[in-house]
This record gives sequence, C-alpha cells and structure tokens, in this order.
Amino acid sequence: MDAFSQLLNGFAVALTPMNLLWCLVGTTLGTAIGVLPGLGPALTIALLLPITFKVDPTAAFILFAGIYYGAMYGGSTTSILLNTPGESATIITALEGNRMARNGRAGAALATAAIGSFVAGTVGTLGITFLAPIVVDLALKFGPADYFSLMVLAFVTVSAVLGSSMVRGLTALLFGIWLGLIGVDLQTGQPRFTFGLPELLDGINVVVVAVGLFAVGETLYVASRYRFGKDEIIPLSGSVWMTPEEWKRSWKPWLRGTAVGFPIGAMPAGGAEIPTFLSYYMERKLTSKPEEFGKGAIEGVAGPEAANNASAAGVLVPMLTLGLPTSATAAIMLSAFQSYGINPGPLLFESQPQLVWGLIASLFIGNVMLLVLNLPMIAIWVKLLQIPAPLLYAGILVFATIGTYGITQSPVDLILLYLVGGIGYLMRRYDFPTAPVIIGMILGPLAEQNFRQAMTISAGDWTVLFTRPLSASILALAALALIGPKLYQLATRPKPAHVPGDA
Amino acid sequence: MTSGGPDRGGGAVRLRPAIGETVIAVGVLVLAAVVYWQTANIPVSPIYAKVGPTVVPMITALGLAVLGALLLYSALTGGWQTEDEREIKADRPALLWIAAGLVLNVLLIGSAGFTIASVLLFVCVARGFGSKAILRDAGIGAAFALIAYFGFAQTLGINIGGGIVESAIERVFGLGQGS
Repeated sequence: MDAFSQLLNGFAVALTPMNLLWCLVGTTLGTAIGVLPGLGPALTIALLLPITFKVDPTAAFILFAGIYYGAMYGGSTTSILLNTPGESATIITALEGNRMARNGRAGAALATAAIGSFVAGTVGTLGITFLAPIVVDLALKFGPADYFSLMVLAFVTVSAVLGSSMVRGLTALLFGIWLGLIGVDLQTGQPRFTFGLPELLDGINVVVVAVGLFAVGETLYVASRYRFGKDEIIPLSGSVWMTPEEWKRSWKPWLRGTAVGFPIGAMPAGGAEIPTFLSYYMERKLTSKPEEFGKGAIEGVAGPEAANNASAAGVLVPMLTLGLPTSATAAIMLSAFQSYGINPGPLLFESQPQLVWGLIASLFIGNVMLLVLNLPMIAIWVKLLQIPAPLLYAGILVFATIGTYGITQSPVDLILLYLVGGIGYLMRRYDFPTAPVIIGMILGPLAEQNFRQAMTISAGDWTVLFTRPLSASILALAALALIGPKLYQLATRPKPAHVPGDA
Repeated sequence: MTSGGPDRGGGAVRLRPAIGETVIAVGVLVLAAVVYWQTANIPVSPIYAKVGPTVVPMITALGLAVLGALLLYSALTGGWQTEDEREIKADRPALLWIAAGLVLNVLLIGSAGFTIASVLLFVCVARGFGSKAILRDAGIGAAFALIAYFGFAQTLGINIGGGIVESAIERVFGLGQGS
C-alpha cells in the first residue's frame, strides 16, 4: 500500500502541465528517433545531456524516459515496414512483422506491436512500482564488496553472455573500462592515461564516446555497404483496427511476452534479446496455427514486441534501485544522474521520492501518449522513413558535431569523437558489440570505487569478496554465466546451429 | 575462456589467417601494451600500496592482453567472420568522402564557424551516400545547420562557436543577447 500512495504522489508530480509537456516531447521525439534508422535512444539522450544544466532533474528524467519508451514503439514500426531492425531486440519483430506487411497486413502488425507495447509497458511499469521498493530493502544490506561483485556479474552477462562472442564482448567491455579510467583518479589525485594532455584530466566525456560509436561509427558502417543493398519500404496497408480474431490471437502473447520480458530485464544482467527470442519460440510452440510462422504470424509480432518493452521497463529496476545500468541507454541515463550529483541506488528512493515516483508515474502517462501517437497517427511516422539516406546521415553527423563540440568548444573533443567513430566502425565491421563499451565506461569507475572501499574496509584482504556470502554467491553466478554456456556446449555435442538466445 | 567463443561451428577447418581480423587482434594487443606501459608510469604512494590507482588498470591491461592473444589465435586460424560477411568489400570512396567531411569540419569549425563547417560536412556525407545534387544538399545543409544552431543550441544553452554567418544573422535579426 505504501508503494501505492507513493505512486499517487508521483502522479501529482507527473501531471503538472510542464511535466506533461516534457513527457509529450520525450515520447514524440523517442518515437521519431525510433522510426529513423541510424538513431537510437542512447545516442539521443547523450546528445541531450546538456539539458541537465538547464532544467530540474525530474523534468529531465521524464524527458529521457519518454525517449527511452518511445524509441521502443518507433523501432517496431521500422522493423515491420523496412525490415532493417534498428536494434537487435527487434530482429524478431522484423521476422514476422515484415512478412505480415508484405502480405498486406501492415496495419494489423503495427497495431498488435503498439498495443502489445502498451500492455507490456504498463504492466512492466506496475512491476517497477512494486518490485523497486523490495529491491531497495534488499540493497540497503549490500556492502561495497557485494556491490563490486554485482557489477562484475553485470559486466559478464552484458558482454560475454548476450552477444555473439564472449571474447569480443569482453574486449569491448575492457576497452570501455579503460576509457572510463582516463583522467584524474579521484581517490589519490593521480592522473591516469592522460598522455600529458590537459584536456584529458577530467576524463573523456561519455557523450563523446556514445556519439562517436553510435553516430559516427554507425554512419561510416552504413555508408561502407550502402550501395550493396537498398531498403524497400513497404507501404502502409490494411486497417490498424484489428479484427476480433486478431485480438483473440494477440492478447495471450502480449501477456506471455510481458511475463518473460520483465523479470529478465529486471535482473542485474539485463538484455532485451533473450526475452524476445524466448517469447518467439514460446509462441511458435503454443500457437494453433504453426504453419503461419515464418510467413507472417501475428503471435510472432505480439509476443516478442511485448517482451521487448517489458524488459525495457525491467532494466529501470536495477538502474534506479542499485545504480546498475545494463543497457547503453541506461548507462547514459546514469551519467545524467551523475551530472546532477545524484547517485542512483537504494537511497535515491528516500532522498529523491519526488524524482523517482514522478518518473515512474510519467512512464504510465507516457505509455498512454505513445499508444495514441503510434496508432491513429502512424501515417505521420511512416513519412519519416522516406527521408533519403544521404540527407538523414548527413544530418545525424551535423547533430553529432553540435552535441560534442558544444560541451567544451574544444577541437580535442571533436578529434576524439572521430577517433572513437573510426574505432566504432571497425567494431561494427568485425562484429564487436558496442554497448559494453558504454556500460564499461560508466560502470567501470563505480566498480573500482566499490572495490577500493571493500579493500579499505578489509585492510587489503582480497578474500573478503569470497567470504561474504552475498558477494560469494553473486561471483559464483558470474563464473557460471561465463563458463556455463561453454560447459553446456561441450555436454551437448554435436552442437546445434548457432541461434542467438537458443540456450 | 579457451577459444573465441561460439564463433563458428564445425564444417571444414580453415587455417588461412584472416588479414583484417589479425590487424584487429594486434591492435588489441598494442592497446594492452599501452595500458600496461602507462599504468607502470603512475606513481603510487605507499599509503595506497594495496588498493592504489594502479590495481584496476593492471587488471585491465592483463585482461586485454589475454583477450588480444585469443583474438589473434582465432584470426590466424581462419578468423571469426562468416563467409558472406568477408566477401562484402567496404565502399572505399564513400568512406573517404565522409572522412574528408569530418576532417574539414574539425579544421574549419574554429575559424570559419559552425554553419560553414557544417554545410561542408553535410555535403560530403551526402556525397558519400551517393547524392549528386551538391547545390541542393548545400541548401538543405545550411537550413539544417542554422535551425540546429539557433534552435537546439540556444535552447540547450550550449555555445557552439558562431562564425561570420551566425554573427551576420544575429546582427540582422537582433538575435542573441545583443552582444
């Protein structure tokens, strides 16, 4: 009941005209960047980080959360109509959704995706409301050693388990951790990895790295193979008002997708890929029309799309309660908290109840707005897909420049931006995941801080990590996540064809 | 961690080194060396000997070295990319156009101002994506840059270095703080 009254207070915050406006701006912008290929929520929030100097934290986070949720809705539109999934989590939506669109049922595919997203987003936000206080109670018992182990677990799952290769994922992660270490060490005042450049003493701004990887690197990658494949936009067809039969076939997948997505997203491991794949396989098993799968089955859109949104909601639980981001977007949001001098974690719920509950309430409101934005007004968003690629990517790079150069007006930042962009291109080209770089960069220094605190408390005794029961069990989980898939592979030879999320 | 992860399963084992992947793996090893070398140069006061500023950097250097070695092994024994992926040749002219735009932008943004640098960047990137209508692109780029400059930058309160074009417009329309 306590969470409920807190939530009511949150609605009082979120329903003020200004905050409603921020929410509307965020969801609209989020949908737009979700629809546009080449732009994602992590990049957009990174570019908007300077806003944290101008507006109060509640407004900024309502905006960011709107972008975060909105991008999920918009992304499904692109997967259905264009068949180029913006993010890996929407691959499955593209699979069945694009088939439906080709069969002249684009309207129904978009509708089931949007309503499924709404159901999952709303149930997921309810999940946050009731799960977060429980996690907070638990987290208050955590010591620095436990936090450190938790971060190790997140590192391992985010980089090693979720991507296509453990080695490449961990390489990306360590590269990110190293970027995060650059600058003056806060504990000793010692400069690290600054190569004698005064510009590097404050560390590399996360905006530079995020924009470099997600805007410059991505643009270079798309340009390098643009001529070899043209995207075909499938026109909007069929009514967006679903038939009773389509409703009947959709509602169970929505709920099942939500049930799969939220818990997995809320784990300190995160990741939207696994729940979407799981949901897809589940729907394929449970459907009464298995022959339609692969040819445009509505269940194959409804379930994974719900799972995707529910896990996006779930990711906010460890982010808000533990300060543990498990996606690139969440990591950027964490750095926004840092720029306000706020540390997300169990104490956030006590010290900033207005902010936290206002944010959660605005997620409910945002979901309603998004449903309206994405169903009756879908035709407007489809028009965005017709922006020619040359102009779209040229615009993205100009914006990337503003976002970076605007922070310090230093050419060093621009040069760094382009260097990181070049590295981002190579990473994409050679199949390294980029999200672990951002997560490592934000979470690495926090992990180091907790590690050193733990060592100080234990007077330099490393075994504390293994003697505290909580820390030891979390580390055991991390080891299992690292070695488990390998053992499983060895045990089940001959190994099956490599399907992500199959395990 | 014994091999390059679930990279590519059975089939014929190819032992031809993959050039691109080898370069990447060597790059990771070089990074590990740089991190190690820079860490060794951080002076550590004896008070912090146990958990000083070099512990985590050392772990990072070590980890990168191990991963670089694993990547190198994988690269020398055929690489980790799929056959289809390997066959796609990067569109060099496109990349060069974009790189040229980026370099011009860095060189000019300080001296010529944001708008001029942005228009050049915009045109070069559009050209990289195959657009031939340079004048049209320049027009759209200029409109875009000006909207971005006066809209985005001013609302967010970030100063992105105006130049001749910006100050001229500000003078004509009396924008800015009259300064």
